[in-house]
Amino acid sequence: MSEDKMTSKELLAELTAKHYHDAIEGKKRGELVAWSSSIAPQELCETMGIHVLYPENHAAAIGAKGGALPLIDHAEAQGYSLDLCSYARINLAYKDLQNCCFENVPLPDLLIICNNICNTLVKWYENLAKELNIPLICIDVPYNVDYEVTQERIDYIKAQFLVAIQQLEEICGKPFDYVRFQSVMETSIRAAKAWNRATAYANYKPSPLNGFNLYNYMSLMVCMRGREESVKFFNILADELEEMVQTGKTQLPFEEKHRIMWDGIACWPYLGHNFKTFKNHGINMVGSTYPSAWTLLYEAGDLDSMARCYSAIVLNLNLQRNIDLRVKIIEESKCDGAVYHLNRSCKLCDFMHYKISEEVYKRTGVPYVFFDGDQTDPRSFAKAQFETRIQALTETMENNKAQQNIK
Amino acid sequence: MEAIKNILTVMQDVVSHPGQAVKDYKKKTGKAVIGCFPVYCPEEIVHAAGMLPVGMWGGHTQISQALTIVPSFCCSIMQSNIELALKGVYNDLDAVIISSPCDTLKSIPQDWGYAIPHIKVIQIVYPQMRKITAGIEYLKSEFKRVKKEMEAISGEPISDAALQKSIAVYNEHRSVLRDFCVEARNYPITITPAVRHLVIKSGYFMEKSRHTQLIKSLINELKSLAPENWTGKKLILTGYTAEPDALLDLFTENALTVVGDDLAHESRQFRTDVPAGDDPLYALAQQWSLVEGCSLAYDQQKKRGQMIIDMARETGADGIVMCMMKFCDPEEFDYPIFVKEFDAADFPLLFLEVDQQRQSLEQERTRIQGFAEMLRMKG
Repeated sequence: MSEDKMTSKELLAELTAKHYHDAIEGKKRGELVAWSSSIAPQELCETMGIHVLYPENHAAAIGAKGGALPLIDHAEAQGYSLDLCSYARINLAYKDLQNCCFENVPLPDLLIICNNICNTLVKWYENLAKELNIPLICIDVPYNVDYEVTQERIDYIKAQFLVAIQQLEEICGKPFDYVRFQSVMETSIRAAKAWNRATAYANYKPSPLNGFNLYNYMSLMVCMRGREESVKFFNILADELEEMVQTGKTQLPFEEKHRIMWDGIACWPYLGHNFKTFKNHGINMVGSTYPSAWTLLYEAGDLDSMARCYSAIVLNLNLQRNIDLRVKIIEESKCDGAVYHLNRSCKLCDFMHYKISEEVYKRTGVPYVFFDGDQTDPRSFAKAQFETRIQALTETMENNKAQQNIK
Repeated sequence: MEAIKNILTVMQDVVSHPGQAVKDYKKKTGKAVIGCFPVYCPEEIVHAAGMLPVGMWGGHTQISQALTIVPSFCCSIMQSNIELALKGVYNDLDAVIISSPCDTLKSIPQDWGYAIPHIKVIQIVYPQMRKITAGIEYLKSEFKRVKKEMEAISGEPISDAALQKSIAVYNEHRSVLRDFCVEARNYPITITPAVRHLVIKSGYFMEKSRHTQLIKSLINELKSLAPENWTGKKLILTGYTAEPDALLDLFTENALTVVGDDLAHESRQFRTDVPAGDDPLYALAQQWSLVEGCSLAYDQQKKRGQMIIDMARETGADGIVMCMMKFCDPEEFDYPIFVKEFDAADFPLLFLEVDQQRQSLEQERTRIQGFAEMLRMKG
């Protein structure tokens, strides 16, 4: 089928398959493969024509397909604590076994991280670099203590882009192509705008977007956000959603009674269960921090602007800005409730969130619940607890609506 | 021996009653006291302002209120610090400085600002790309911020000369602590693991030049004694902290002595001097670029394991103990690498989980007994 006639669903499946296929075949031909953290400046590797694979995305897919436990068991047998990030445990085990229920991706020739999402990455990739004896490029993005990114931080991050470029030149044995770099930046920005345009359809009430579909779409933003294919995909998706709005249709296979914000990473092994639980209560997940996480907008060619952009990632923001971001999400997407995932894997997703949830509630009056879970370790989640919490939230949302109607 | 006992009594007094030490300092000097969270803190800047920096490495307490701020899977030092702050134990502090080398320590200072608003929090972030000039310059800018905050609290500017003087005081303190650790190996009966820990820990609650003098006196007193014969086994400790004392006493009970450590709470604090330089804040920032073998300092070669092996060989250690702070990600990531490296170097490794809130050490007793037996059988 020609790409022009494809639906977003068909194109997504094809692009995802192509992403892994290209890396696997490229490795066989002796081309370089990098493993990268999810919000690292992919522009650099894309410019150098390096195949980039994303362990977080890979681990999430393994978790969603129910294949996490054999890998987690192996990691724990190696001495990795069960309290560590389960993405890391899955990936470090995969590094040893190279066998999983999802794509068996090739081992990397180099590693690149940007700790704008967590410092866990630094330790995780240190271990990969040590055990695989390969180079590691680290873009260190200091946590933003202040509301805005300070100029001192921007200067430091920008200097590291240049160090990373030098490292890539040495690894690839060729000069960095600054003309191509400019073009990759422009494409990446267009992809970010298209992603933003598509995900903003969640704000319509009722929403034409099934919030859980974001979990599929975002893999493309992780893996291919420097490619024209992503721009095309998200524009097709946005067009489909626009048409749905015009015709009163929706992706959601049930009536949208309540709209919620999901805070934190998905619970990949229980995606189906979580969706069914929401469906039973007529809940659509219209708000989350995911859309903003990959809306990476900066001025192409301006490294200050790019440094600021890669620093102002949701998991790198101070508490006040985290509160403001969630208030904005709840207001813009017209949420009736909020669900906070207390994710055992991610301390940054949890350790400010009691305060964040309290303050967001004070400002919005929108009720919220927490549930205990994990992004990919299936042992840290209880279906009954999740169902009970969602039921409680639904009752509160219904009461709120009943009271508003009385008034 | 009496002189040694007297020195240790002074040290024990501040360690047992840090709150009193803070009150005494404020009363005597009229100056502020600044709490310094683990692991690294530019104490020299606080010292140069004439203030007393005090270590805040948690402690045993009943946790109740802290769990309204952070979940239960937060490391026990942070739970303790929040709990103690909420209970008012730190009310004499004029501010706290918290650096953020891990995800937990990014969050805690932010929570602190909301939950404990009456004690000012100064959060700084050390760079991970610490060996490039831009990393050192960035860290200098963070230290500038700390300097400005200290000046605001004291109401007086901090001169470069004062900073250089404080750097010299701290470098001497580091040097003397290193000397002590070497000398202590000759006196394993007098300097038990708990005493060794006490000598180092007491420095967190004293003005550093005073602590330096006490240690110098201690070393001189030790040297006046004949070296002690040790028939037991020798250990290297690694990890974050090795506490409480009852845990260290279990080593003594099992004829185990500590001949060296790689603990964040202990040797990692004093094994790297601040280099000489005309710009004191730059020199302070440069020190971070020289740190090696710390789980919180990015190192893609992961030299830490080999450094511990080298230390074990140099000191004639028989085994290594990993004191694993529960829920400490950076340390937990280093451990699987250690397992392989120490095994290849033929150094037995004991894993102990450290949790400041633990009520009973019976599990540790059994593990340490077993480890001691294994070392004896190994010969």
